[in-house]
Amino acid sequence: MATSQSEVEKLVHREYKHGFVTDIEQETLPPGLDEGVIRTISAFKGEPEFMREWRLSAFRHWQTMSEPSWAHVSYPPLDFQSISYYSAPKTREQIEAEAPKSLDEVDPKLLETYDKLGIPLHERARLAGVAVDAVFDSVSVATTYKDKLSEHGIIFCSFSEAVREHPELVRKYLGTVVPPGDNFYASLNSAVFSDGSFVFVPKGVRCPMELSTYFRINASNTGQFERTLIVAEEGAYVSYLEGCTAPMRDENQLHAAVVELVALEGAEIKYSTVQNWYPGDEEGRGGIYNFVTKRGECRGDNSKIAWTQVEAGSAITWKYPSCVLKGDNSVGEFYSVAVGNNCQQIDSGTKMIHIGRNTRSTIISKGISAGRANNAYRGLVKVLPTAKGARNYTQCDSLLMGDQCGAHTYPYIEVREPSAQVEHEATTSKIGDDQIFYLLQRGLSEEDAVNMIVSGFCKEVFSELPMEFAVEAQALLAVTLEGAVG
Amino acid sequence: MLKITDLHAEVDGKPILKGLNLEVGSGEVHAIMGPNGSGKSTLCQVLAGRDGYQVTSGSVSFEGQDLLAMAPEIRAREGLLLAFQYPVEIPGVKNVYLLKAAYNAQREHRGEPEVDAFEFLQLLRERTRIMKMDESFLHRGVNEGFSGGEKKRNEILQMLVLEPKLALLDETDSGLDIDALKVVSEGVNTLRGEDRSVVLVTHYQRLLDHIVPDFVHVLSDGRIIKSGDKSLALELEANGYQNVVEAA
Amino acid sequence: MSEADYLEAFRSEQGSLGAQLPDWVMALRLSALGRFERAGFPDPRHEEWRYTNIRPIVKKAFKPAGDALAPLEVGVLDQHRLGVDSAVELVFVNGRLHAGLSQMQGLPDGAVVEDLGTALRSRGETLQPLLGQIADDRDSSFVALSTAFLRDGVFIGLAPGCVLERPIKLLFVSTREAQPVVFHPRILFHGGANSQATVIEHYAGMEGSASFTNTVTEAALEAGARLEHYKIQRESTQAYHIGSLHVRQMRDSSLRSHNVNLGGRLVRNDLNIGLMEPGAEVLLNGLFMAGGRQHVDNHTRVHHAAPHTQSTEEYRGIIDDHARGVFKGRVLVDRGAQRIEAHQTSANLVLSDGAEVDTKPELEIYADDVVCSHGATVGQLDEQSLFYLRSRGLDDKTARGLLTFAFAGEVISRIGEQSIRDRLEEVIVGRLPDHQRLKELV
Repeated sequence: MATSQSEVEKLVHREYKHGFVTDIEQETLPPGLDEGVIRTISAFKGEPEFMREWRLSAFRHWQTMSEPSWAHVSYPPLDFQSISYYSAPKTREQIEAEAPKSLDEVDPKLLETYDKLGIPLHERARLAGVAVDAVFDSVSVATTYKDKLSEHGIIFCSFSEAVREHPELVRKYLGTVVPPGDNFYASLNSAVFSDGSFVFVPKGVRCPMELSTYFRINASNTGQFERTLIVAEEGAYVSYLEGCTAPMRDENQLHAAVVELVALEGAEIKYSTVQNWYPGDEEGRGGIYNFVTKRGECRGDNSKIAWTQVEAGSAITWKYPSCVLKGDNSVGEFYSVAVGNNCQQIDSGTKMIHIGRNTRSTIISKGISAGRANNAYRGLVKVLPTAKGARNYTQCDSLLMGDQCGAHTYPYIEVREPSAQVEHEATTSKIGDDQIFYLLQRGLSEEDAVNMIVSGFCKEVFSELPMEFAVEAQALLAVTLEGAVG
Repeated sequence: MLKITDLHAEVDGKPILKGLNLEVGSGEVHAIMGPNGSGKSTLCQVLAGRDGYQVTSGSVSFEGQDLLAMAPEIRAREGLLLAFQYPVEIPGVKNVYLLKAAYNAQREHRGEPEVDAFEFLQLLRERTRIMKMDESFLHRGVNEGFSGGEKKRNEILQMLVLEPKLALLDETDSGLDIDALKVVSEGVNTLRGEDRSVVLVTHYQRLLDHIVPDFVHVLSDGRIIKSGDKSLALELEANGYQNVVEAA
Repeated sequence: MSEADYLEAFRSEQGSLGAQLPDWVMALRLSALGRFERAGFPDPRHEEWRYTNIRPIVKKAFKPAGDALAPLEVGVLDQHRLGVDSAVELVFVNGRLHAGLSQMQGLPDGAVVEDLGTALRSRGETLQPLLGQIADDRDSSFVALSTAFLRDGVFIGLAPGCVLERPIKLLFVSTREAQPVVFHPRILFHGGANSQATVIEHYAGMEGSASFTNTVTEAALEAGARLEHYKIQRESTQAYHIGSLHVRQMRDSSLRSHNVNLGGRLVRNDLNIGLMEPGAEVLLNGLFMAGGRQHVDNHTRVHHAAPHTQSTEEYRGIIDDHARGVFKGRVLVDRGAQRIEAHQTSANLVLSDGAEVDTKPELEIYADDVVCSHGATVGQLDEQSLFYLRSRGLDDKTARGLLTFAFAGEVISRIGEQSIRDRLEEVIVGRLPDHQRLKELV
């Protein structure tokens, strides 16, 4: 390689851009988890009884489960009793009970935080036409553009508010895609989830703007367990964006979210994520454990769910945004860029479960490994005997930068229907020194040359992101890989 | 423009260039010919600054500056551009992106403002026509899935856009059919000008029918052993390298 | 036969064998038994056994192969022969070498082909460093079981530079018994530097034989050694077959493995190839056809432990009726194993509604300067090709047969031995719909 190892190491040094701690008062439950804690969370939030019972039954189930160990990641055992399961920024006395009515009520320091993060929360948000729900640690702080959305009958609010204001909808859909006993972390989330976003787009409505949530973990020793539920009724359309950051801390913090999507007949949901949780320092100290369950169900015929993700942060990422293709002719898509540097570990991919006839799925996964990172794609394509004419196409490419990283591909293909066509292709390669030299010879700097090659490698995924996010994702990639030329 | 003095270079410890001298003035076209293994490609790589090509002694000045002290991208920005013998494929990176990035890198280097996207596209379209290339080439990945001839045309297109002071062509004619050769030659001729120089490295005389050089040099075993005008190329063609090498 | 039954069988055999086998073999058997006892049989919760449940093997009452030779007529045996011209041919009946049916003369100097029991007694210094050292029984209870019951099989040794022009044939036949038999044939191959050989392992069973073959082959290829290895499994559709091939390859050695599975009720093959030094290369060529209620599982693992090593792999499966085909291919590239090339393909044809295919091609890469790719496809016959053939006047059945044959042909064409190629084509055509007409066509 053109650049020496020492140069690589020098260049790899970079600082996490979002690693500041916001100094505001926190109201946090002491660490520990038992039924009492769950009742307290539920009481804090003024939840109806069904919700409390739902949490408790999930908790009882969780106690019988053990942590999964099959992923290609390693970390010291987690002590679930040393985590605090609820933390709310205390900006107004009743903040736990009621989110601020307008941005003016929000603590200016919090807004400053969002400014630093580059979140288009106020005017910029309005100009950009993005409605934002911001979840700070455990509590949803503000939702912009709510009124305009409600004119269309669209509900976009924090999960807590949905439980209070629209209990019938929550009750109807919650846990129907990811049941409370689905897996270890999903069960934990079901028991202790604190807040998140709720979206409901009624029949025939095309949501006129992108909806967006920003998640940020601030308090130390807290876990963040948000819950997102998006329902698109018959013929509805919604595009939802999720962004995540966290401050720099020495100790690892747990993030175990659950996202459920329900698409009824002819509905379409586009869910995009730019994940930039704190990845830990270059020695692998600190960073977020991102153990997330995301699943969408194409419940009706001709429905479509598309996941697009750019995974750049977290010490460990363990997530498989999935599509259950129940409706005939339904479509599942998964576009992913996962980039790991330093000591990051990623085990991510998707599951496409073909149940309905003529269901189609596409998986495009791009993994980039630099430093000492390990990046694994794990994906399941399952075609059940009912899925006549099902089609899947999977393309899975890995790019290696430096000789201390690893790139792994674990596809699972299970086909029980002869008329199905399943195709999987994967390649692993490195950035060629002749490619870099070619670009240098055209006058580009080495950084730009690498960025250009990496963006080229990822372009099929970036083109799926909404414009604003695509720009952010490109920039994020450039920062993450700063100088990781190997 | 370019002055090479007693240049020695080696690859993997093996000496390839062994005391090469060459001077290229403004506006001149030089052809460097020689048998396989004489050091032609090594000279190009050394001038472009490729890693692994170790200069052991000698000097190269470009517009009065020490070329060997410059990083490869600085050489390019200063106006020394190499058309590669084997242009590499860069999947996913569109031609138009590369050209724009390179063009602006050069302007920035000269302290000029970035060019307006619309203006740049006009320029590109015009240059693409000279190379008789379809505009769709601009939106394909750099050399991705290009035929050998298309890659060479693409190299010259980049030169037409970036307008180097010194264009260095490494066997650009090899693998071209006669029509493509004409197009490539036309492109290079468009590039010629009072303040621009061209160095053609080639194995065959036929390119020189289309791009008439001011000087012809014979490279053998890492040194220029004979120089002359274009008639030297014809002599080489008629008598073969061996005779010229032995006579020198 | 449960774990406890095997422990019991071991105890009754170990006592009587002490006089026949050297101490180091007895110790090797005993320690392997310990590992088997601790690990037990795998269940589907084990990632390596996710798609293959071996319960039927555990539940079935097999009897250990006895010392008495099963009666077998040469004429019956001939039906199962491949008709390949060979240097030597060893015939094993229910796991035990049948000297009367074998032909062991005519090897050139420097080549040894010997009954394993004999070799264990007389060639300890050669065998001890190899046996059980290439196959890692921590990976598999079945390998541990094989080592625990070590006694039958064959040792093949080639001195440096020894080149065998004609193949070594090993035929394993299981007979139909009132109580089905379990046996553990073990094959050890040592190819000296720059030696060259072809070894054909052929497993055949009498109609209705419900035996359990637990076979393990270990091969050490020294620098520049070349081995063309065939495994052709045509057991009865009631038989159970668990087999593995473990190969350690040194500098510039070459392995071409052809693994063809046509028979068996429940079949599992594990191929573990270690490319330990630069220049080593391997070709893994595989074909399986499963119909009825057959279950065929192939697991391959190629370990690139050194730079400049190369692997190419293509496995094809044709699954019909209610059969299930499984493929898992793993390519592991060590840190520092730069400039390697690895390509892997798994292609599967599903021909009927009840059939199932599970395929899992894996890449695990810790080096950066590599060229690796894998691909997997699952599908049915191409409609356009079918239509094309039919528009040329072929009926649907013939067209399907022809395309299926062509699908298998990709694997067959890589087989070096012309006579095996011909024989396999014949056997495959015989299993296709409309085979009478196809025979004239191909």
